[in-house]
Amino acid sequence: MEPLLVLDHATKSFGPVRALENGSVTLYPGEAHALLGENGAGKSTLVKILAGVHRQDSGDLTIAGELVNFSGPAASKAAGVSIIYQEPTLFPDLTVAENIFMGRQPLRGGRRIDRGAMNKAATAVFSRLGVDLDPERLAKGLSVADQQIVEIAKALSLDAKVLVMDEPTAALTQVEVQRLFDVMKTLRSQGAAVMFISHRLEEVFASCQRVTIMRDGNFVSTAPIEDLTIDDIIRSMVGRNLESLFPKTITEPGKVVLEVEHLTSAGVFTDISFQVRRGEIVALAGLVGAGRSEVARAIFGIDPYDSGVVTINGKVLHRNAPRESMAAGIALVPEDRRQQGLVMDLSIDQNVALASLSRLSKGGLISRSSERNLALDWAQRLQLRYGKMRNPVATLSGGNQQKVVLGKWLARNPSLLIIDEPTRGIDVGTKAEVHRILDGLVAEGMAILMISSELPEVLGMADRVLVIREGRLSANMSRAEADEDSVMRAATLQSTESIV
Amino acid sequence: MTAVISKKPAGAAMARGGALLRAREMGIGIALVLVIALTTLFNHSFLSASSVQQLLTGASIFALLGVGETLVIITRNVDLSVGSVVGLSAYVVGNTFVNHPQMPIIFGFVIGILVGAVVGAVNGLITTVTKVPSLVVTLAALYIVRGIDALIVNGKRIDPGSVPSGFQTIGYYNVFGVPLLFIIVAVVVAIAGYAMRSFRSSRELYAIGSNPDAAGLAGIPTGRRVFTAFLVSGSLAGLGGALFLAEYATVDSTGGTGYEFLVVAAVVVGGVAIFGGSGTILGAALGALLLNTINQSLGSLKVSPFWNQAVAGALLLVAIAFDRWLSLRVARSLKSEQGAHRDV
Repeated sequence: MEPLLVLDHATKSFGPVRALENGSVTLYPGEAHALLGENGAGKSTLVKILAGVHRQDSGDLTIAGELVNFSGPAASKAAGVSIIYQEPTLFPDLTVAENIFMGRQPLRGGRRIDRGAMNKAATAVFSRLGVDLDPERLAKGLSVADQQIVEIAKALSLDAKVLVMDEPTAALTQVEVQRLFDVMKTLRSQGAAVMFISHRLEEVFASCQRVTIMRDGNFVSTAPIEDLTIDDIIRSMVGRNLESLFPKTITEPGKVVLEVEHLTSAGVFTDISFQVRRGEIVALAGLVGAGRSEVARAIFGIDPYDSGVVTINGKVLHRNAPRESMAAGIALVPEDRRQQGLVMDLSIDQNVALASLSRLSKGGLISRSSERNLALDWAQRLQLRYGKMRNPVATLSGGNQQKVVLGKWLARNPSLLIIDEPTRGIDVGTKAEVHRILDGLVAEGMAILMISSELPEVLGMADRVLVIREGRLSANMSRAEADEDSVMRAATLQSTESIV
Repeated sequence: MTAVISKKPAGAAMARGGALLRAREMGIGIALVLVIALTTLFNHSFLSASSVQQLLTGASIFALLGVGETLVIITRNVDLSVGSVVGLSAYVVGNTFVNHPQMPIIFGFVIGILVGAVVGAVNGLITTVTKVPSLVVTLAALYIVRGIDALIVNGKRIDPGSVPSGFQTIGYYNVFGVPLLFIIVAVVVAIAGYAMRSFRSSRELYAIGSNPDAAGLAGIPTGRRVFTAFLVSGSLAGLGGALFLAEYATVDSTGGTGYEFLVVAAVVVGGVAIFGGSGTILGAALGALLLNTINQSLGSLKVSPFWNQAVAGALLLVAIAFDRWLSLRVARSLKSEQGAHRDV
């Protein structure tokens, strides 16, 4: 059989950074093909080449036997490639039908848009999908799952030959995932190829026939799914033993540092209670949007809450008082380091010193040298790789930026570190370093509350795993009890055995 | 079925959303009626034929500029150069009439539009190519164009005597009692309003303003569309300059000064979201009419003209607060419809 799509030895660099060294994948008609790899393995770059967003520096892309060179996303679309991105890409101010048919709305005389025909066509796609969505409503206010459905409808209406789905299931419930698989099956039976990117390996085994694995920008292997086990895949993805990626020293937890009792914020989270002790990492697991970050923000005092009590080292915190929380010894490393954690245009040392300015200033003036000494100290302890301390922090790689954020908060010597997605978008090597840092901090007696969407990270690093599902604590498990299955179950299903 | 809203309630929510949005144009209509009624109560001549003609004429140029400004704002940009373009275009057209008194009147409009198109093209080019925020680009253009205007004018001015009377007629001629100026602008508003609903490229303007990243991924030629919006805005401002000359027949180097902010205010009062993505041409035109009516009402009530700008500012705040409230409400109602029909 002739392949539908072949990408052969594609490379792509951004400035000095080599994002893709050897991107190779072959898709056949009627197959579901999984593309797997750690964050930073080059999957997104590969997808963006297929999407026409980036153009490869070298390497050939062939679709249905023809060599193509995409000038932009429109060309990729025209060639029959349809992409569903991790983040929905809808226009909130336009109707659902317009979102589906943007740029190719049905026309009537005078090249005018035929709204009646457009709405009818949208309804037809929805009925093919077996969903009932009003084509005339605005995309604004749709749930993530429904947004995903609109994206799928878009791809379906294009009669895509190749459908690429970049982590489409991250925010979906079990039932919705099942429906997505049904859609994949329908598309395949019509001769389309589906490329599926997911971190949930059990989904890959449930839906895909072949697997391509990437690591550090390189093609590793392609194999039929029945020749592989989960262990094989992980080993190929990580390229080393899991233990080294998740260095974990088991320590005896000490006294309670953080105590959260019945924390409730209407419509966001309900009745959240847990403790974090000295010398332990407590992971908050769950799906994106389950309310984990919101709980962290409420504890730190950025967001208000309706009822409940937050106690740190025996001291009850007021609501909505982040300064008080900081003074009491809480540090928060936010999920979005570019927006919330760093001032990108300031230098590395200024960023490190930012949370410790009151300690570093004399008579209201900040001493540059003390700023610098503090930063040098932390740069060494965190093994920061940088050019000059005076360079803007924007010049660092993602992993090193994360170390700067860490250093900034650790410089305050907190007793509780709340860290949201500690290694998102960080390459595998630095990831292991960040994990080693966290492990070292705990060994020195710090308490860490870690929010993570990466199951291996949760299982590898946490002493205890809390799972939040739709704003409620659905499980509180010890390291021994927690495994992939039990955490995912608690995150997605209404479990009867869950410990609340 | 999970997470999928059943059709009827969603339709109802949408209809409610639509009704609320339409309520915006209704709201402006009601405000207009209120202002006129109250003013008439104190000054009976406010509703006389000549006074109403004045209301319509006075709002015309602002409404015309508002059409172009709406296109630009919908793409999440802004054009602050329109006032200066009005001044430059008016003087250039007038000066051409001075030098060529026999020139056919229609060329006056062509020249005006060309002057505006050049500025619009430069604005659009710089904004789309260099990615400098249009706020900065057009703020610079505001001063540069005004500076060029002052250089050309060089202390002189155009007098009614040197503008062909046929051209001046356009400024005050009435067709069955309706000012010609108003009719010209109404036609532009109607065409633009229809086009914004009916053509793919104009829907893409909304898409760009609603989610610029997604617009790029959807293969929309973002740069070309934004450029076109600036070109249209500039051209209409150039036409506005020609009409300015027809209406006032006197132009020095200050013609159209400060119009840009009144136009942005009118557009926002008319329900065009300042961060792009939504709003209608009709709403913007009604916004211009409302602002102008309030100004004239204050004048006819012998309120100090200094209050005019304060009122325009207050109205702007009210409009933006209303927008915010409205979008929160719509979002909430759409969300709760959804929540009610989730069965997981």
